Amino acid sequence: MIDKRYLAPVLVTLVLLVGQVTFGFLESWSRTALAIGTSLAVELALGRLYTGRWPHLASAYVSGISVGMLVRSPEFWPYALCSAISITSKYLIRVDGRHIWNPSNLGIVAMLVLASDTVASLSVQWGNTLLPMAVVWLFGAVIIHSLGRFHITLTYVGSFVAFAVLRALVTGHPFLAEVAPITGPMYQLFIFFMLTDPKSTVKPVWAQCLVAVMVAAVEAGFRLMEFVHAPYYALFVVGPTAVLIELALARRAVRLAPTPAPPRQPASSLVPALTESTNRGRP
Amino acid sequence: MTRYAKPLLAVFFVLLLATPWIIRRAGRAGPETAQTVADAQARYGFRLIESARAAGIDVVHRSPTFDTKLAHIMPQVAAMGAAVSVVDFDADGHADLYVTDSQEGSSNHLYRNRGDGTFEDVAAALGVAALNEPATGVSMGSAWGDYDNDGFEDLLLYRWGRPELFHNDGGRGFTRVSGSVGLPAWANINSVIWFDFDRDGRLDFFMGGYYAESVDLWRLPSTRVMPESFEYAANGGRKYLYRNLGGGRFEEVSAARGLQSTRWTLAAVAADLRGSGYPDLFVANDYGVSELFVNDRGQFKEMGRESGVGYAPKSGMSASVGDVLNQGRFAIYVSNISEEGILIQGNNLWVPGEPAAGALPTYENLARSMGIDLGGWSFGAQFGDLNNDGALDLYLVNGFVSASRTESYWYDYSKVAGGHEVVIADAKNWPAMGRRSLAGYQAKRVWINDGAGRFVDVAPMVGVTDRYDGRSVALADFANRGALDVVVANQRGPLLLYRNEVAPDRAWIGFDLEGGCRPEIGAGTRCTNRSAVGAQLTLHWAGQRQVQEVSGGSGFCAQNQRRLHFGLGGTRVVERAVIRWPSGKMSEIPAPAVGRVHAVKEPV
Repeated sequence: MIDKRYLAPVLVTLVLLVGQVTFGFLESWSRTALAIGTSLAVELALGRLYTGRWPHLASAYVSGISVGMLVRSPEFWPYALCSAISITSKYLIRVDGRHIWNPSNLGIVAMLVLASDTVASLSVQWGNTLLPMAVVWLFGAVIIHSLGRFHITLTYVGSFVAFAVLRALVTGHPFLAEVAPITGPMYQLFIFFMLTDPKSTVKPVWAQCLVAVMVAAVEAGFRLMEFVHAPYYALFVVGPTAVLIELALARRAVRLAPTPAPPRQPASSLVPALTESTNRGRP
Repeated sequence: MTRYAKPLLAVFFVLLLATPWIIRRAGRAGPETAQTVADAQARYGFRLIESARAAGIDVVHRSPTFDTKLAHIMPQVAAMGAAVSVVDFDADGHADLYVTDSQEGSSNHLYRNRGDGTFEDVAAALGVAALNEPATGVSMGSAWGDYDNDGFEDLLLYRWGRPELFHNDGGRGFTRVSGSVGLPAWANINSVIWFDFDRDGRLDFFMGGYYAESVDLWRLPSTRVMPESFEYAANGGRKYLYRNLGGGRFEEVSAARGLQSTRWTLAAVAADLRGSGYPDLFVANDYGVSELFVNDRGQFKEMGRESGVGYAPKSGMSASVGDVLNQGRFAIYVSNISEEGILIQGNNLWVPGEPAAGALPTYENLARSMGIDLGGWSFGAQFGDLNNDGALDLYLVNGFVSASRTESYWYDYSKVAGGHEVVIADAKNWPAMGRRSLAGYQAKRVWINDGAGRFVDVAPMVGVTDRYDGRSVALADFANRGALDVVVANQRGPLLLYRNEVAPDRAWIGFDLEGGCRPEIGAGTRCTNRSAVGAQLTLHWAGQRQVQEVSGGSGFCAQNQRRLHFGLGGTRVVERAVIRWPSGKMSEIPAPAVGRVHAVKEPV
């Protein structure tokens, strides 16, 4: 039985290969390699430094490959920088030992805001056939389902389409124009890897579905305000909000419950609380 | 140390976030910029003064109106057609202009250079004005070449409609000869260049289609006319290669010679990129990758990927070549689209590596490192030594649709551009544009080359401040005074003529080349087409060398002057000029005098 931590890296690698072999959709192999390499290097360095042991690299690999595919820039440095920001955020921005932003979502939003003169995001289509998308969906569905998170993907897709109908009514634009973005490769990465990140999403299934609906809703709002990179911004806003609410509720539950014994902490760790909560399988 | 771990990580994170700002600040540190146009000449060696009206040119381009099925997106589908070509049509030694209009019923203009700094429009009198009608299409551009070697440049007018070839009757009139050539009855052509691809001494021509030739934009049976993809579209127009058989006859040989593509072509340029003697053909395509057709003794093979130029799909809109590093090799410049925060394609400067003799070089895109990658929604671009300092500069125009100053169509454009074929290919799925702008009112770029691999934009400082939707740009020395003037055709805007005032201490030299072929010379005689298209001249001076090639069309729907113009900086002595004619003959001019134009005829 394959270790489930390898499923997401396998799927994201498949997306990359399908996209690149069929249409060459990468800016370049070297830029993607730089993103992956930086992501792995920062993960190794920070993991060793802050947890006292070598981290599993599945998460960093997915983050790096996502950055390598989603960032578009004629420069090299944005790929390295985006990866570094993504991984560093995972170790720095934590509440109750849990990182609240999906790392690559935060990294890409940071680049879109801070380096807009150099960076855009993958926003164009696969090509002239649905085949690559069908392949990704087939494998994606199997893998994400095996991880028990396919309901998030489906809920978001359904919500996106519903809000596309609403946006079409509001703007008077054709429905197909409103639904067009979700047929592009960027969205396949978004719905399979970012939205389903177990470490930056809430725990109950119903809440996960609600968050997916809220992401689509906030995205619809951003789209009505004509934000080109609306899905990144929506997840950037909704994701941490949901996690913080869940953490607040957990604290409240802890306050109302008998005080638990303090957790054991490894002696070699600089920031021991990170050990148990480091992301292991998502960007 | 544990107590400092998190603060240190926070500092590191802040530094990461600040990196783009730091890089921007570092990038701004460049040469001092002139504060006024007045001191631009002293600081940069030249200034440009818009003088179209003073020269008697007062023309504003107008766009066509297509089938009402496209009414909601008319501004973007009717966004091309403003074009300008430089030609000395009457062979009087003064560069003239041919300017296209595109509104149904409008007229094109042939501005004859009187030689006194003014122009007169003689298009109507010579029969090349009223050429824009729905029945036959509207003009997209023109290319000039002396196909019968009679000493007068002939006109190939291309349209979204029926292309036309006009024979130049001694500079006194034009005769339509399209019928005998076998031109297509309808094709949506956006690029034509003349070149002698088989080196037989007779000019052939290439035509690149944009929309498929089955599309008649005035009579659309359906709205499925748009590209099937923003980056991988192959449902554009076909390519044509007309081989000149002599005697005014041509044959279409694109399939037989390996030129088969249905990408959305917007520009093409031919040059001998391998030193083989045969002109290779570079094609810039919208909605896809560029194509490099390597010419193997008259037979073409597409080798974009092998050469490195055919990987990343962009929005190729202009193609021009120049020896930007004075290495004796041509770099290829392709303009694309960049919009801050939305789409950063970046323009390409394909610089060749050191190739083996006769081999195809591998190209590397150095536009970013040389500072000429971001030009907005870029269209026409041309190389020329604007300040006569010995290094080729780059003039680029841009801007797609300038309408509302407050409302943008970018969001809707990006929304549909990311969609699948079934969405993007059908115009009815595109949101209405209304009065919204799409990459409008953009600042032009005048990039001067420091000769060491870095370009700096000095447009506003040297007097280029217009914000029209630039399309076609061409360079020529209209007053024969050793300075490259700039003419710009703007979509729905006026034709601009920038007179170039170069600092007097900058030396220059020019060459008017003439091939040895004549109408009476029979086939089999080794000679060059009379226009000398394809002739390469390498100039050696002060330890430098620069190669230029006579071109039959470059940029976007444009053609520069035939004359080869070299700036020399402060140098007053040229070691030699070496000419390689397409016929294979070589000429050498030892120590040619500077500050004058040398007329050089191919020895027969």
